[in-house]
Amino acid sequence: MSTMTTTTHYPAQGKAEQVESRTLCVLVDNEPGVLARVIGLFAGRGYNIDSLTVSETEHEKHLSRITIVTRGTPMVLEQIKNQLDRLVPVHRVVDLTRGAPAIARELAMVKVRGKGKDREAAARLAKSFDARIIDETPESYVFEVTGATDQIESFVSQMLPLGLVEVSRTGVVAIARGAEGM
Amino acid sequence: MTEMTGAEMVITALADQGVEHIFGYPGGAVLPIYDALFQQDKVQHILVRHEQGAVHAAEGYARSTGKVGCVLVTSGPGATNAVTGLTDALCDSIPLVVITGQVPTHLIGNDAFQECDTVGITRPCTKYNYLVKTIADLPRALHEAFHIAASGRPGPVVVDIPKDIQFATGTYSRPKEFQHKGYRPKLKGDPDKIREAVEMIAAAKRPLFYTGGGVINSGPAASESLRELVKLTGFPITSTLMGLGAYPAADKQWLGMLGMHGTWEANWAMHDCDLMICVGARFDDRITGRLDAFSPGSKKIHIDIDPSSINKNVKVDLPIVGDCGNVLEDMLTVWRERGAKPDKKALDAWWGQIGKWRAKNSLAYRNSNEIIKPQYAIQRLYELTKDRDTYITTEVGQHQMWAAQFYHFQEGNRWMTSGGLGTMGYGLPASVGVQLAHPNSLVVDIAGEASVLMTMQEMSTAVQYDLPIKIFILNNQYMGMVRQWQELLHGGRYSHSYTEALPDFVKLAEAYHAHGIRCEHPGELDDKIREMIEVKKPVIFDCVVDPAENCFPMIPSGRAHNEMLLGDAATRVEDAVTEEGKMLV
Repeated sequence: MSTMTTTTHYPAQGKAEQVESRTLCVLVDNEPGVLARVIGLFAGRGYNIDSLTVSETEHEKHLSRITIVTRGTPMVLEQIKNQLDRLVPVHRVVDLTRGAPAIARELAMVKVRGKGKDREAAARLAKSFDARIIDETPESYVFEVTGATDQIESFVSQMLPLGLVEVSRTGVVAIARGAEGM
Repeated sequence: MTEMTGAEMVITALADQGVEHIFGYPGGAVLPIYDALFQQDKVQHILVRHEQGAVHAAEGYARSTGKVGCVLVTSGPGATNAVTGLTDALCDSIPLVVITGQVPTHLIGNDAFQECDTVGITRPCTKYNYLVKTIADLPRALHEAFHIAASGRPGPVVVDIPKDIQFATGTYSRPKEFQHKGYRPKLKGDPDKIREAVEMIAAAKRPLFYTGGGVINSGPAASESLRELVKLTGFPITSTLMGLGAYPAADKQWLGMLGMHGTWEANWAMHDCDLMICVGARFDDRITGRLDAFSPGSKKIHIDIDPSSINKNVKVDLPIVGDCGNVLEDMLTVWRERGAKPDKKALDAWWGQIGKWRAKNSLAYRNSNEIIKPQYAIQRLYELTKDRDTYITTEVGQHQMWAAQFYHFQEGNRWMTSGGLGTMGYGLPASVGVQLAHPNSLVVDIAGEASVLMTMQEMSTAVQYDLPIKIFILNNQYMGMVRQWQELLHGGRYSHSYTEALPDFVKLAEAYHAHGIRCEHPGELDDKIREMIEVKKPVIFDCVVDPAENCFPMIPSGRAHNEMLLGDAATRVEDAVTEEGKMLV
């Protein structure tokens, strides 16, 4: 009896498995508290949220679409899907990163302040990223840029030395390729 | 379609749902509903002494009847006091509808008197909850609440109703057919998987049924199917704490409970089996012990109504999502159609091995003529009540595990214990609910003196409604399980696990106008238990037991099923007594 070493009566943590990133699309009833249910689930069970976007997509049916980018081991990712599916207002959960690769985009607004060479460089860079100028003063730009997450990251990091002031991003929205709906 | 107030809708909906009893406590924000209660006689209200007691009573009511338990409490503290019960019901999948009053809609968010964010607080501890903001939504919310609470994997549902909605007038109608837009639990198992499961069962050499509370929740028909399948296959069966009674403990294929305080044979069979058929259980950490050493050589079939229970802790080979009653029935059909036969020869060898494990007598303990051993007290309680129509509830701790080990259940819905949450103070109010549902049955709360003091005030409820519950306290003056862990894991430093000032339980019983009995010697135990049964009043039975007794077997921290600790009586061959002998100890 005295040979016991550990001082907890819970099983030890399992071996660390490979962590993967997934983009989940969750179709929910747009009712009060639905987002709190989803976020509360992630917070309460210790799941990660890398990005989350939500908007009503079918007004007559009051359905909202939530796009969540999350990370976890394959077992945890399966849990996340099942736990989401278990919520009463959740209609469907689709893993967009499984099977055929989906299209994922986000939109960023990027404010840059500067004059002279930096300002010109910022405008050139914006052009190469197909960013639009949506606000302009003699000493600043606000660019609107759309793309995959790594493109946005790249755009922002290249703007950094050119007088980056602030960034506002939507987070990822995603949709499957091809003719089929979710 | 009838015009009525929101408060009247609440009562009408309850009556339409067949609710006969509701447990509750009035307060400012539910006064209109209490007024409506006063003016009718379809729904009987049971006044508790604390809202936690109301929820546990409703749980006991629900678990012993298979119906939805109902609760009515006020806003703010009424709702927050209900939270422990809600969490308990969520963990153990108990169907409840809990109606909470709320401050008027125009005051919500203003920190009004007795306001709290009830839906916010109860979101993670309910299956679903509603804040009803217009009278038009109320009838649907109420009926939907019952549907969601009772269907799929059952659970508690909160309906939060602001006071102005209770006063408002609207049109009430009962929805005929209920179809929720998004919520549709899968009840039937996939036929291909069921066929595959039958193949695996027929091919198994060292199989084991591991069943849980899902079988009880599915209803008596699921228990029947389980019994049939176990008989047809000749396989051994064990169960979790929650599943006790689904399979009769008197049967020779029954190995006893498994898990942290399960029997030697059940846990070794789990460890060594080649096919595990998990029915309505969830591979909880009290069951699995060390995960990477959990039943290493077995294929696992997992039948569960909740897809999120599958592959949560343990990877299984064949998951079947569906109501286990349906799945078991379909398995029986396929088994018969196929004319399947178990591998008799392999099974004989397996039973031979199980016989050796059984011979260990893992539940054996050293009895005494001087002091009452808690195990002995439960054995005597069992012997003296087993031929009666008896329901057992428990608190949480050593006494709960001893009750699970030594009180043998032959059918489901007879055993009400807080399994998942482990709520001390559950048993007494739960017994109030059970007794109300079964007024002529014997209802015993096997309790510890520490647990029962947490909700002792509900004795007053029992007395008020003439509910002759029997509170059978195994009094060791310690929080026994805490003391046991401190002895085994914390160097015997008994930090705050000893209660230095306990009430005189006999006088306490008398103060409640109940009957008190104190028993200190093994020789007087039988007579005093008989007295307890015969008294037609609520009874507090103070059974003074050995304060140093530990609960064995036990799977210690971070260990596997085959690393169980045994009590010293079990490990010594000379003390090993036969199964029959043990009953007579």
